[in-house]
Amino acid sequence: MSTVTLAAISAARRGHALGRTLLIAAAWLAFALLLLLPLYIVLSEALKQGLGTFFTALIEPDALSALKLTLIAVAISVPLNVVFGLAAAWCVSKYEFRGKSLLVTLIDLPFSVSPVIAGLIYVLLFGAQGFFGPWLQDRDIQIIFAVPGIVLATVFVTVPFVARELIPLMQEQGSQEEEAARLLGASGWQMFWHVTLPNIKWGLIYGVVLCTARAMGEFGAVSVVSGHIRGVTNTLPLHVEILYNEYNHVAAFSVASLLLALALCILLLKQWSESRLTRLKSNAAEE
Amino acid sequence: MSIRRFALAALAGLSLSAAVQAQTSLLNVSYDPTRELYQEYNAAFNKHWQAQGHEPVTIQQSHGGSGKQARAVIDGLKADVVTLALAGDIDELNKLGKLIPEDWQKRLPQASTPYTSTIVFLVRKGNPKQIKDWDDLVKPGVEVITPNPKTSGGARWNFLAAWAYAQQKYGSDDKAQAFVEQLYKNVPVLDTGARGSTITFVNNHIGDVLLAWENEAFLALKEQGGDQFEIVAPSLSILAEPPVAVVDKNVDKKGTRELANAYLNYLYSEEGQRIAAKNFYRPRSEKVAAEFAKQFPALKLVTIDKDFGGWKSAQPKFFNDGGVFDQIYQAK
Amino acid sequence: MSRRTSPVIPGFGLTLGYTLVYLSLLVLIPLGAMFAHAAQLSWAQFWAIVSAPRVVAALQLSFTTALFAALLNGIVGTLLAWVLVRYRFPGRKIIDAMIDLPFALPTAVAGIALTALYAPAGLVGQWAQALGFKIAYTPLGITLALTFVTLPFVVRTLQPVLEDIPREVEEAAACLGAKPWQVFRYVLVPAVLPAWLTGFALAFARGIGEYGSVIFIAGNMPMKTEILPLLIMVKLDQYDYRGATSIGVLMLVVSFVLLLLINLLQRRIEKR
Repeated sequence: MSTVTLAAISAARRGHALGRTLLIAAAWLAFALLLLLPLYIVLSEALKQGLGTFFTALIEPDALSALKLTLIAVAISVPLNVVFGLAAAWCVSKYEFRGKSLLVTLIDLPFSVSPVIAGLIYVLLFGAQGFFGPWLQDRDIQIIFAVPGIVLATVFVTVPFVARELIPLMQEQGSQEEEAARLLGASGWQMFWHVTLPNIKWGLIYGVVLCTARAMGEFGAVSVVSGHIRGVTNTLPLHVEILYNEYNHVAAFSVASLLLALALCILLLKQWSESRLTRLKSNAAEE
Repeated sequence: MSIRRFALAALAGLSLSAAVQAQTSLLNVSYDPTRELYQEYNAAFNKHWQAQGHEPVTIQQSHGGSGKQARAVIDGLKADVVTLALAGDIDELNKLGKLIPEDWQKRLPQASTPYTSTIVFLVRKGNPKQIKDWDDLVKPGVEVITPNPKTSGGARWNFLAAWAYAQQKYGSDDKAQAFVEQLYKNVPVLDTGARGSTITFVNNHIGDVLLAWENEAFLALKEQGGDQFEIVAPSLSILAEPPVAVVDKNVDKKGTRELANAYLNYLYSEEGQRIAAKNFYRPRSEKVAAEFAKQFPALKLVTIDKDFGGWKSAQPKFFNDGGVFDQIYQAK
Repeated sequence: MSRRTSPVIPGFGLTLGYTLVYLSLLVLIPLGAMFAHAAQLSWAQFWAIVSAPRVVAALQLSFTTALFAALLNGIVGTLLAWVLVRYRFPGRKIIDAMIDLPFALPTAVAGIALTALYAPAGLVGQWAQALGFKIAYTPLGITLALTFVTLPFVVRTLQPVLEDIPREVEEAAACLGAKPWQVFRYVLVPAVLPAWLTGFALAFARGIGEYGSVIFIAGNMPMKTEILPLLIMVKLDQYDYRGATSIGVLMLVVSFVLLLLINLLQRRIEKR
């Protein structure tokens, strides 16, 4: 079926202005139907009863505590995965070793594991009936249905994001610059701070942005381990669900539009880091 | 090494802060439609508790499908009290989690059920499909909204009410099964919780009739204004008994037994009963029931214990894997 | 088990060690716990669980909706990628930036928004209703939700590859007398196919496991509109840990195989 599209594409490629216009129109239509319409719905439902109700929903204590918890989850999971992403990208891109494909696949795994499974595995490990459950209970340590469980689930689903961005970038850049730095007498850390990091800066930011987006918005995995205690273990996406289930349609969409606004900010950041990245690449190519 | 120490310290800190909080907080793990009830009740209880010379307490709420909530408590959600949709779910806290004694239902009056409800029909204004009784639900072209009995407590009461009607009218289990099978063929959406079904019916305009807790139906009328929906009482329904219990293992650990007991006992007080009635639950107190008599239509009701032999026999027969509910879905 | 090729650059032991420890603690041991849990079952018991009609129906539903969503993305995504790479037109930058919206938007928000849109009373739903069909609470609704959530995959994997094909190659082929379909068949398809398949497989893998955006719109009817991840949730809520872990193991194996496939494809792209 995409054969049809591609055929159309190559026809247009030969200078048919009409085909070109049609393709652009089709792209706009697809974009509007698939992406703009859901955006519009969120905003219009949120503002149905005016700005007053909209803001009341946002400054309500439960919404604020959900926001706080979401930020905590982001603040812990993103740095952890940045360090991991750097380490993983380093060993995958700078060295050859057996089992590398397997390692890369394992790094990617959380990306395609169903979020429900991501939650389930922590219940199996840390739940009262789970492997470590009795041990934890004796020591009065609460992991699932508390903040640590939510953070763990968030870290799990965001493991691959930074590594996935850095691995191809660092593979492309090769190791000559680092080798030169070493030969000139730089220590390992000096080489990393002054040579590697500046080179991968924009890719790293891009990865961080994607990681933040996912950490902020995770629903399925967090839902399994949250316990849904209002004001205590609810993240923003869970709070949206709760409001939606409380006849509070407008408030649900108000909080949803807060998340949407955050998502749009993230897209802006992403666009900015991406454009820096491509500029960097084209500069490198010109040299 | 230092990371591990840091992690341990962080964990200890978090659990410590939880322990400090626990002295003045109480977690009530409840099912879906009680959100509004406990919002009001918690405020009233707090006043009552402070009037008795105690420090104010923070009462935390968690809501969801009844089975899901019981499972969370079994998996370690530190509930002080559970207020679930049916006794069968609280039984699991004893069976699977050893969190409460087997005779938990005898510890509070009225089999630990401070309020009751029943199952009624919510239809669209003017009752365009002329739905008057259970028989109208199996007619072709009628769309019935009810949640999944596997995950929702309310849905199990719905199922049993339909079953009881068909069994009494047509006289055998086989015919009752054929009847409910026909009924579930008319169900276009099967949500996981009672509240999800109400949202589907009320906000998303799916279906002709919602099988609902009476309190949930009244609440929908109140939230949406009476001009969109009507309540229809069927000729026979079931006495829905949502019980409450203190979770012994958790309150002993947290030292909240006194508070938890007081919290549940106050549900039986006149004020507690009145709040329940105001939120459309049928009160147990005869005095309060008389005050609200106009609100609740008199219905012929079967009960889970007399007509189904209690949840201990109804749950495996109808809802466990391979039970009647699975059979009617796999027959299709 | 491993060897260093670049003796000058330090940190192999440290980074590999850290990577392995981190992955083991966060990913492998927890996933292993699920396998260990499922391993308490005999093969016959495991088979009985995963071949139950309801599980098979959910499996079919999850696979077909994810497949159709990936196909739809294969078409729409190719179109978008091509237009974004080859043409300059008003709004191009906006579209390019917004393509990633489904990744940035929490899936629960996507779920309630799409339900509001496609429910019979919704903006699009009422049109469908008037035409006599339903979108929300049918497999069609699930497919649309999955299409939304996985939209960026095909676009983002195709874009760099399309950028790398010099237009001269096509023009040269055309000058040498190739017909448009020949240019397409012998120049474009071979060049973009591996990337297209990668994007397709990524969308497919993500679609099978997706939960948040789907449950609001799915309708959740056993045998009809109940997706596999929801069935895991349902089993879990019935205290059926064995059922839940068995289906979990099944899904995990599927996603692992898909990922291996994707990585092999990507190697082919890189070797080119």
